[in-house]
This record gives sequence, C-alpha cells and structure tokens, in this order.
Amino acid sequence: MSISIPGDLRYSTSDEWVRTEGEEVVIGITDYAQDALGDVVYIELPAVGTVLTPGESFGVIESVKASSDLYAPIGGEVVAVNSDLEANQEPINQDPYGAGWLLRIRPSGEEEPLMDATAYAAYCEERAH
Amino acid sequence: MDTYEPHIYELSAPGKHGTNLPRLDVPEAALPTALLRQDGMNDFPELTEPEVMRHYTRISQRNASPDTMMYPLGSCTMKATPKLHEEVARYAGFAAVHPLQDESLSQGALQLMYELQDYLGEISGFEAVSLQPAAGAQGELTGILAFRAYHLDRGDPDRTEVLVPNAAHGTNPATAAMVGLKVVELKSDARGNVDMDDLRAKLSPRTAGMMLTNPNTLGLFEDQIVEICQLVHEAGGLMYGDGANFNAILGIAKPGKLGFDFMHYNLHKTFTTPHGGGGPGSGAVGCTAELAPFLPGPRVRQTASGSYELFTPEKSIGRMKAFHGNFAMLVRAWTYIRTLGAAGLREVSEIAVLNANYVRVKLKDLYPQAIDRICMHETVLRGQIAGAQGIRTLDIAKRLIDYGFHPPTVYFPLIVPEALMIEPTETEGKRTLDIFIQAMRDIAREAVETPDVLHDAPTTAPVRRLDEVRAARQPILRYNAEAFAQILNER
Repeated sequence: MSISIPGDLRYSTSDEWVRTEGEEVVIGITDYAQDALGDVVYIELPAVGTVLTPGESFGVIESVKASSDLYAPIGGEVVAVNSDLEANQEPINQDPYGAGWLLRIRPSGEEEPLMDATAYAAYCEERAH
Repeated sequence: MDTYEPHIYELSAPGKHGTNLPRLDVPEAALPTALLRQDGMNDFPELTEPEVMRHYTRISQRNASPDTMMYPLGSCTMKATPKLHEEVARYAGFAAVHPLQDESLSQGALQLMYELQDYLGEISGFEAVSLQPAAGAQGELTGILAFRAYHLDRGDPDRTEVLVPNAAHGTNPATAAMVGLKVVELKSDARGNVDMDDLRAKLSPRTAGMMLTNPNTLGLFEDQIVEICQLVHEAGGLMYGDGANFNAILGIAKPGKLGFDFMHYNLHKTFTTPHGGGGPGSGAVGCTAELAPFLPGPRVRQTASGSYELFTPEKSIGRMKAFHGNFAMLVRAWTYIRTLGAAGLREVSEIAVLNANYVRVKLKDLYPQAIDRICMHETVLRGQIAGAQGIRTLDIAKRLIDYGFHPPTVYFPLIVPEALMIEPTETEGKRTLDIFIQAMRDIAREAVETPDVLHDAPTTAPVRRLDEVRAARQPILRYNAEAFAQILNER
C-alpha cells in the first residue's frame, strides 16, 4: 500500500490537506483518508459564505464502510465548494488532491496545528502499525 | 452457486389464486373511491399457495442466521435464542392480551413487567427500570434526554456537552447530537482505554455527562472505570452506560455500583430476544434513585394490596414508545433470566469471555491483535496478514462465508485499521470454535498463496459479492420491472 503525500501541501491530524493558492486556500481529504474510507458514496458540504473556525466540523463524508465528519484545518470563509461531488463522488477516491478537492476558503489566519509532508508521512506510518 | 430466485412479481400470472371462495350470493359493489390507493401500487402478485410457500421457504433457506451457522458478529451478541422463549411468548395470555385492556384484566402481563424491572435492576445495580425503549439507540436517547431534564430541573441549563470516547458506538455521538447537545470526543490511550489526561482536560462546568461502553468496543475492560465515574461526577456530570456489551459482566460487575447513573440493556443481545431481522429489539433502561423521576412511563408498580398498576414518574421525560414497549420481547427476556437464575447468568459471561479469548489466542499469530491484552467477550483483530498482497479485511470476511460462517463485524471500531471484531458468544462449544479457528487459519494461508480465491469470494453462496458501492450510489428503493430486468441482463 503506497500512499501519495505531495510535498507542497500541509496536513491536519484529521487527514485533510491544505493548498495555498494566492490569497485563498483549497482543502480536501488525503490519499490516506480516501484509502481508509474506501469508496465514497455520499458527501455533504457547507454552503458558500459559511464561516469556518479551525477544528470545527464542516461536513460529512460517507463510504461503504463508515460515515465521518470533515474538520476544518483552517478558519475562514467558504468561497467555493466542489458541488460536482454531490452527484459523483468518484474523484475523491481517484484524484483526492486534484478533481476531488472539497472547499476553497478565504483564510481568516486562524489555523489548527498543521504538518508538512514529512511529518504527515510519519503520522500515517505510525497509524498503520 | 449463483442461483437466481425469481422475484414474486415475476412468478405472478393473472388469474392464479391460492384460495377458492364460495360463489358470490350478494350483489357485487365497488370499493369506495376514498379507500382506494392513489399511488399506483395496485398490482398485487397472483400465485397459487404452493408457489408462495415454496418461494418464501427457498428464500428463508438462503438466510444466514444463528439457526444455520456460527454468527460471530462483534458487538451484536448473536447468541442462540432458545426455542422455549418462543413458546412462552406465544402463550395466549401474553400473545392475545390487548394493550388497552383494563389493568385488572392484565395482571399477569403487568406482573411479568414488574418482575423484569426488578431483575434487570438487581443484575445491574440500579434502583429503577423502564421497559419502554424499543432498542438500544432509543435507550440512549432516553438516557441523554433524562440527563438534560435532570440538569434543567436543578437550574443548571449550561451543561450542554457530552463526552464520548473515539471508540464508541456511532449511536453515542448521534444520540447526544439528537438531544441538541455538543459531542466532545475523547482519545483512547495505548492500552485501548479512555485517555485519562484527555478526560481531565475536557471535563468542565459545561459537561452534561459522559457515555461509555464497558467493556468497550475493543472488547477491553475499562479498568479505570471507578476513577472515570468519580471525575465525571466531581465535574457535575452524569455517567451513561451503553449496555451493548453487558454480556461480558453479568453476575460479575454491576454498572450501578461502578458509578454509572443510567444504562440501557439490549434485551435482544444480552437477554437472547431475537434480532437482526428476527424481531424488534428492546432497549430497557435502568438508573439511580436520583434519576428515577425522569424515566419514561408508564412503568409498573405493586400496590399495597399486592396487585400491579401502571404509573408515570412525576418528572417523566414522557413516553418513548406506544403502549408498553415491545412486550413480547420482555416475555422472552423474563424467561431467559428465570431459566438461568443468578448462577447461570454469571456462567453466561464467564463462557462468553473464555470463548473470545480462546479464539484470540489461537489466531493472534496470523491476525495481529489491535491491542495485545486479554479481552472480554469479543476480540478485535486486524486483517493484515503477513505476506498477503492486496488482501483486505473485507476479502477475509467474504471468504468466511464459503467456509460456512457468518462474517464477524468488520471495519469497526473505526480507530482500528482493517478491524475484524469477533464475538463468539457463550452459544458456541469448543468443537465449533475449533472449526472456525481452522477456517480463519486456512484463509490466512490462501491470502498468501492464492489471493484471488479471496478476491472472488464468496463462491458457494446463493449470491456472489454485491456491488455495495453502486447500491449506495444508485439505490433502487422500489420494485421496478424495467430496472430489474436491466440489472438481470448485466449479470
């Protein structure tokens, strides 16, 4: 089982990734998370305009195995959601760092403690044993 | 052995019927329009009696159940339901009694409820019992509603948080959320118990209570339970006991004495009433004297003259279920307790724990244990077999069907990767356990040598592996001849 962990992203302990793109950030779930969940069959995302605080649950993701909360790794206002996922969740499993992105946020500056790729790889490794 | 049993509508043909009625000797009249269905579902299948009988008998024979195989579904306690209970539940005095019948005409049924309240209270160390809730999750809802009512009654409205360990059954956080309270998740420590430092850090004047299963969902006893209860009480909170795993401690430990304030009993698990499609559940609840006024009614009490009557506690949160709960299940649970007696109930738990540990020790060299400890009534292993490439717990579970076993619970608790949660219950003897253990060992070998056998499993069941992803993404919730034909074509 090899897990993809891109070097240019930051990661939360609840397995969300964060990518900074100019003034905004994009959030998704990691390859480790999608692999652990299995095939995703349902997702519930917040409305555009919702203000998130770090650590707060912002949605629900459901696979054939389990239903889990999604937690905001950073605070800010939701400026876009990947609404294509409501009808077709496959990109979350196929391309979690690309077409499977979840939210685009205008950050407030508040953050959960985040890890870099090396620390996150160690964190995944630790949980696999 | 992928054999197809036609849908009952496919067996239907116009004009076939199962009964021969006498010739009509009154004028024929149409049904009043107001009584006709308006949803288009007017087509009932038309078949002969033998066709109907054979159809349903064939389907029943494909069922996996404790009547046909060992059913080690962890956390579900799929113990055998003694046939004696079915006989007692069918006595006319129980089966034909009407819930609105006058109390004076229902004394036997009320006595049974009164005695069951008493027995459950004694077994668990609680003062008061209500038999109302329909199943475990409703028992939890009852408990947390009672906690909320208790705090409000004391003029303490700010207690809005419920602590729930991350290993908990999903119904625990769902219950707290349903009551409108905030769920605060607690970590587990390296031994698989509640992380005490995390508990101390999260207790506050906002704590309404804590929900805990003991033994927990890893099948491990929370050995710091007395201290946990003390800490929660010192913070002003109440302790809720999820009774799903009560089968491990009957006659050995009383939750009420350990410090719990409220718990539910899964009569359909611990006390053998049928479940998992075999019948409705029953989630009776017990609590301390302090919380008794909040219990749902009606409960049963004995009057000075020795007769039995229904009453509703003074500060009751209200009814949780119509009439008197799932009454026929109460009859079965009463029968179980009376058949075994106190010593017999203790033996149930001793054997359930012994069986789980036997399986654990015989398998842990091939299936790593989630936490390397002696377990209670169930053991959590991991489907991570050394040297097996591309094999997941799901493949192991499906292959067990080919060996004639219902699979264990998989992928729960969520904190254990590739979890396999095995609960043999006291029902199984050594012979069956040995066959199960051998099957698991054979599967581990196949996983390394011939992994495709696992990927293709089950191959001996009436249906092959289901497309669970498609079923979840594109559910067809109502019979539709066209959609059905299309699915058959794709097979």
